[in-house]
Amino acid sequence: MDMDPDDVFRDEEDDPENDLYQERQASKELLVYLVDASPKMFNITCPGEDQKNESHFHVAVSCIAQFIKVQIINRPYDEIAICFFNTREKKNLQDLNGVYVFNVAEREHLDNLTARFIREFDCVEESFNKLIGSEYGIVSGSRDNSLYNAFWVAQALLRKGSAKTADKRILLLTNEDDPFGNIKGVTKLDMARTTLQRAKDAQDLGISIELLPLSRPNEEFNVSLCYADLIGLDGDDLAQFMPLAGERFEDMKKQLRKRMFKKRKVRRITFMIASGLSIELNTYALIRPTAPGTITWLDSVTNLPLKAERSFICADTGALVQEPPKRFQIYKNEEIKFSTEELSEIKRVSTGSLRLLGFKPLSCLKDYHNLRPSTFVSPSDEEVMGSTCIFIALHRSMIRLKRFAVAFYGSSARPQLVGLVAQDEIVDAGGQLEPPGMHMIYLPYSEDIRLIEELHSETTGNMPSATEDQIQKATALMKRVDLRDFSVCQFANPALQSHYAVVQALALDEDEMPEINDETLPDEEGMARPGIAKALEEFKVSVYGENYDEENENTAQGKANAASKKRKVASEDALVKCAYYDWPKLADDGKLKDLTVQELKYYVTAHKLPVAGKKEALISRILTHMGK
Amino acid sequence: MARNKEGLILLVDVGPTMHSVLPEIQKVCSLLIQKKLVYSKYDEVGVVVFGTEDTKNDLTKEVGGYEHVTVLQPIKVVDGDLVDVMQQLPRGTVPGDFMDAIVVGMDMLIKKYQETIKGTKEDQVYTIAEQMAAHGMKIDCIVFKGNQIHDTHDSIIKENDMLLSIFSKKTKAKAVRVESSTSLLGALRTRNISPVTIYRGDLELSSTFKIKVWVYKKTSEEKFPTLKKYSDKAPSTDKFATHEIKIDYEYKSVQDPSKVVPPEQRIKGYRYGPQVIPISSAELEAVKFRPEKSVKLLGFTNASNIMRHYYMKDVNIFIADPGNKKAIIAVSALARAMKEMNKVAILRCVWRQGQTNVVIGVLTPNVSENDNIADSFYFNVLPFAEDIREFQFPSFSNLPASVQPNSEQQEAADKLVMMLDLAPAGKEEALRPDFTPNPVLERFYHHLELKSKHPDAAVPPLDATLKRITEPDPEVISQNKLVIDEFRRCFDLKENPKLKKSTRRLLRDRTSGSFGGEVVKNEGRSTDLVTSTSTVKVETIGDSTPVPDFEAMISRRDSPEWVSKAIFGMKNKVFDLVENSYEGDTYPKALECLVALRRGCVIEQEPKQFNNFLHHLYRFCQEKDLSSFCEFLASKDITLITKTEAEDSEIAEGDARSLFVKAEPNSSK
Repeated sequence: MDMDPDDVFRDEEDDPENDLYQERQASKELLVYLVDASPKMFNITCPGEDQKNESHFHVAVSCIAQFIKVQIINRPYDEIAICFFNTREKKNLQDLNGVYVFNVAEREHLDNLTARFIREFDCVEESFNKLIGSEYGIVSGSRDNSLYNAFWVAQALLRKGSAKTADKRILLLTNEDDPFGNIKGVTKLDMARTTLQRAKDAQDLGISIELLPLSRPNEEFNVSLCYADLIGLDGDDLAQFMPLAGERFEDMKKQLRKRMFKKRKVRRITFMIASGLSIELNTYALIRPTAPGTITWLDSVTNLPLKAERSFICADTGALVQEPPKRFQIYKNEEIKFSTEELSEIKRVSTGSLRLLGFKPLSCLKDYHNLRPSTFVSPSDEEVMGSTCIFIALHRSMIRLKRFAVAFYGSSARPQLVGLVAQDEIVDAGGQLEPPGMHMIYLPYSEDIRLIEELHSETTGNMPSATEDQIQKATALMKRVDLRDFSVCQFANPALQSHYAVVQALALDEDEMPEINDETLPDEEGMARPGIAKALEEFKVSVYGENYDEENENTAQGKANAASKKRKVASEDALVKCAYYDWPKLADDGKLKDLTVQELKYYVTAHKLPVAGKKEALISRILTHMGK
Repeated sequence: MARNKEGLILLVDVGPTMHSVLPEIQKVCSLLIQKKLVYSKYDEVGVVVFGTEDTKNDLTKEVGGYEHVTVLQPIKVVDGDLVDVMQQLPRGTVPGDFMDAIVVGMDMLIKKYQETIKGTKEDQVYTIAEQMAAHGMKIDCIVFKGNQIHDTHDSIIKENDMLLSIFSKKTKAKAVRVESSTSLLGALRTRNISPVTIYRGDLELSSTFKIKVWVYKKTSEEKFPTLKKYSDKAPSTDKFATHEIKIDYEYKSVQDPSKVVPPEQRIKGYRYGPQVIPISSAELEAVKFRPEKSVKLLGFTNASNIMRHYYMKDVNIFIADPGNKKAIIAVSALARAMKEMNKVAILRCVWRQGQTNVVIGVLTPNVSENDNIADSFYFNVLPFAEDIREFQFPSFSNLPASVQPNSEQQEAADKLVMMLDLAPAGKEEALRPDFTPNPVLERFYHHLELKSKHPDAAVPPLDATLKRITEPDPEVISQNKLVIDEFRRCFDLKENPKLKKSTRRLLRDRTSGSFGGEVVKNEGRSTDLVTSTSTVKVETIGDSTPVPDFEAMISRRDSPEWVSKAIFGMKNKVFDLVENSYEGDTYPKALECLVALRRGCVIEQEPKQFNNFLHHLYRFCQEKDLSSFCEFLASKDITLITKTEAEDSEIAEGDARSLFVKAEPNSSK
C-alpha cells in the first residue's frame, strides 16, 4: 500500500481533526531517572509472580526497561539518562561519590535512546553487583551526601537544551522516606538544607522533580519527613499526593508505569453552561488508536532521507500554479467557486467552545451513537476560578440522577453534538482504574446513521424469533463462557507488537525474526471443556436440530461451487480470448497501452496473475510476466 | 432500473394544518434534490402535493376521483428547476387525503418503469401494499405532529395511524413521527446510500458451532464534500476547460535538493531512536502479521465491564444471514439472552482475507420491537493496551474544601440537571441523533444553491431551525429561568488574578513578543522539532493578550500568510468575546481588539477584510440579540475604513458611519 502523499500532506481542512488521533510531539522531553540503589532497595521485597519475592530495585529497573522500549518508538526525540545513586562505584562527569550514570558506547550521558542502550539496560541487574554495587552513601562521619550528589549530576545533565523547547524532568525512585535518618544533630540539618537548596536551584532552572516513592509493607512512605519540601509540595498538594502503595509486584509496576507518563492535555476549552456562565475545562486524549510510527522515506540506494515536494499543475494548460485559493464544486453543470474563507465561515456554526444544551437520561445514549474515540474532560481553575466546584457539583448530580449532558462542540474541523458522560473514580490495588471526570462522546447526525435493520424486513409475515427454550439454552451457555475479569485493555495489539518486534530486531541486527504471541485468539482449550462443550451442543441442537453439520456443509459447498464455477468459466473464456492476440509483438511495439483494460485482463486471467489495479499496473504486470 | 439509481416521488401534504412547517419541508426537500445533483445526478424525481384547491393528475383523467391531488412535477431526471419547484410549494386549502396521493404517486412510478396497470382497486390499502411489494417500492412516511392538534381530529389521526401501520407491516415502509421542526429536517434521509456488507460469513461461537452472519456499517460519517482545487489559468474562451489542478509529488534528497529520486527507488524507513531502519516492502510483506479471515467469540462478560467511553470508532451491525432461518433464530436467542442477563459478547474479528490487523470489539444486543424486523447486534471496536494512556487525576474527594460544592450548590446543580431536560416524559426526545441533521452540511448546500444563482452570494446565516442544534432552545431556557438564575447565584466564578499577573510579566520579559510555553506546546505544530531551539514566535491569538499577539503576528515577515492568519485569528477572537459576554462584560476587551484589527488592516492595506468583517459582525449581533454591542460600538466611534485611509476601500469618507446609522432604528426597538 503506497499512501504516503496523503499521509504527509493532508488537506489543510482535515488537519485539525488529526490532532485528535495523534499524540502531539511538538515538544521533546529531557528526562533523568534517579534510581536509588541503596541496600534497602534490595532488601525490601514484595510478592511477585510465581510466589517469588521481588526487590524494590527490581520493580524500578524493570519498569524503566519496559518504559523506554515504548518510548523509543513513540517519542524518539526524547533524551534520557539513567543514574543510580547510593552506589559503590562512581561514574559521572563531576566525579562525585555514590552516583553512577548508566550508559553505552557512542552515546552521550543524556541522549536519544538507542537500540544498544535498551539491550544493555535489560541485563543491568545481572552485572549490577560486579560493576556498580550498592552502598548507602549518607553515613555519619563522612561529609558525603549521595542524594545531594545525585541532584547535582542530574541538574548538570539537564543543562543541555533550552527550557522553552523541552520539558525537563527528574524522576526520583526510592523507598527511603528519611534519607538523613541516621545522621544526628547539626550535620543532619546542614545536609538537609544543602540538598534542599540543590533541588530548589534545579527547579529554578525549569526542571521539575517528581518523586515516585515505593512504600514498604505495613509502613507508608512518609512524604512530609523530607521530600515534601524538596519537591515543593505544600498544603493541598500534599493531601493529593498519592504514595505508591501496593503489596504485589504487579500492582507496583502498574502504578509506576502510570506515573511515568507525562500528562498532556490536548487543549483548553470553555464550557458554556448558561449565557455568562462559562467554566474552563482541559481535554485529554486517553484513548486513541496507536499507529506503527511515522514513515520516513529513504533513497533505497543511499539510505538517505528524502523529502517530498508538492507542486500544483493546472490540468488545462500544464502551467505551474501556486497553492490555489479557491475550490469548486460542479453543480447544475456549472463550477461553483468557494474561497477558503467562505468555507471556514460555513463551518463556523458556533464559537469554538462547548455549549450546554440540556440533559437526558443515560438510556437515551444508544450503543450505535458513536463515531470516534471519546475525549476526557477535567476541570481547571487555572484561568477561571470556581470551574472545578461547578464541575464537581454537576458531575455528582449527573451520576446520582443517571443522566448525561448534551452539548454542542463547535470545533473548526467538525462541529458536532457531543454527549458528556460523567465517570466516577474507580480505584483498585493497582491504583486508579478510571479517573474522575467526564467523557465526551461524539454523537452522529441523522445523515451518519444507516437504517440497516429495516433493509431485510419481512413483508409476508413475522420474522422468526427465538422460543423461550432456546433463550434458556443461550443463557446457560452465557453463564458457562463468562469472562469474569475482562478489562478492555488486556490485549496487546498483535499487529503492532509484531511490527515493533521486527523494527527492533532489524535495528539490533538480530538474525531471527521474533515470534509474536497473538493474545487475541480464543481459548480453544477452555472452550473444549466438557461443561462448555455440553452447553454449546445443547444450544446448537435447540436451534439447528440434530443435523447442523450436514446443513451447514451443504450451504457452504453450494456457495463455493457456484463461485468457483463462475471463476472457472471466466478463466476458460479468458484463455480462448487471450489466444487472439499476439502479446509479445504488442509488447515490443509498445501497443499494449492501446488495448482496453478488458482486453488486458484476458492475459492476466489466463496466466493466473492478479487482476486488480489500474491500466498501467496491468501493463507493467504483463511486461514483467513476459520477462521484458 | 440500474442499480444505485433511484426513482422517487415526493408526496407532500400542503393542507392548512401543514402550513406552519412547510418552510422546513421546502428546505429539506430541496436539500434532498441538491444532494442528488451532487452525488447522483441521474436519479429521477417527481413531486405530488395534496390538499390543494385544484386537481391535476393522470388518474383523475383516466378513472375519475383523486381530487385535490396535484402533480407539480412529473417524474424526471433531477435538475436545478426541481430545486426551485421545491422551494415554492403551493399552500393548499383543503385537508388532503394521503391515500389518494399514494395511489397517484404509485401510478406515476409504475407508468414510468413498468407497463401500465389499469384498474387498480385503489381504495384498498392491502392491494396497494401488495402492489408496492410486487414492484419493489418503498415508502417512507414522516408524520409531523405539531402542538396545535385539536381534539376533534383524534379519530382521524387514529384511523390514519392504523392505515399507516398496515403499510409498514406489509411493505418495506417506515413511519416516523416527529414533533419539532428540527427533527423534521433530520427525519428525511436526504441521501440514499446503498449499504454494502463488510463481512459475510461465520460468527464462530466455537470451532464446531458457527452462525452465518452479515455485517454492515451502522454509522459512518457523512463528510463535508471534497471540493476540487480551482485553476484560473485556462483562457476564458476555452469552453472545455476543466479548471482542475493536478498535484505532483517529487522526492528529493534532503542533503542534495537538486537530486530527484524516482518513486520506485524509495524505501520505507521506520524510526527507532536516532536510527531510521529501512524496510523494503518485500521484507515488510514477508514478516507482516496476517491473521485468517474470521469472526470468533472470545466469551461473554457483564455489560458493566465495558464502559461506554471505550467505544473507538463508528459502529457496525451484525445481522443473521437473511436467507437462513436457523441463523436468524440463533441470533435472536443470543440477543434476547444477552439482554435478559445484561451481558455482552467479546469478539475477535478479521473482516477480510489479507487484512493485516485484528479488531477486538464488543457485541451488544439490539432486540427488535417490530415483529417483521429481526433481532441483531451492534458491534463497537474496543481499544488495545497500546491505545490507552493511563493518566492519573486527583480524586475529587481529595481536593481542597474550597472547591467542594456545599449542599446548597449541590442542590442547585441537581435541579439544573433535572430541569434542563431534553427528553421530558410524554414528549418527543429533543436532539435525538437519529433525527438531528448536520447543520454544516445544510448550510453548505444552501450556500451552494445561492451561489449557483449569484456567484457572489454571501454565506447565509444559520437557519433558525438549525440553531436549535448549536444553541440551547430559548423556550427551555425561559421555562427554567429560575433554576438557571439560582444556579448562577450559587456559584462564584472569577478570573484567576495570580495567573494574569505572572503571564503578563512573562510576556514583557520576552522581546520577541512570544507567548506562554503552554500555547507553543499545543499550537506550535508547524515548528520543526529539532531545529526550533531559538526563539518561539507568536502563531496564534491567545486569550490573555490578544492585541500584542495580533500585532506581533501581523508584523511577522517570514511568510506572507501571517497577515491573513493574524486577521483571521483576530476576527475569531472578537466573535468569541462578543458571544461569550454576559451583560456586556467583555465588550471593552472586544473593542480593544477591534481597534487593533482596524489599525492593522489600515497598515496592511486590507480595508475590505475589516469592512466586510464589521458588516458581518453587525449582522451577527442582530441575529444573536446582541445589538447592545452595536450600540456600544457606535458610541465608541468605530467606523469603516474609508478610501482616504486605504486605497482599495470602496467606502467614501461620508459613508464611514453608515453602518451604525442604519443600525439605530433596529437596535432601539
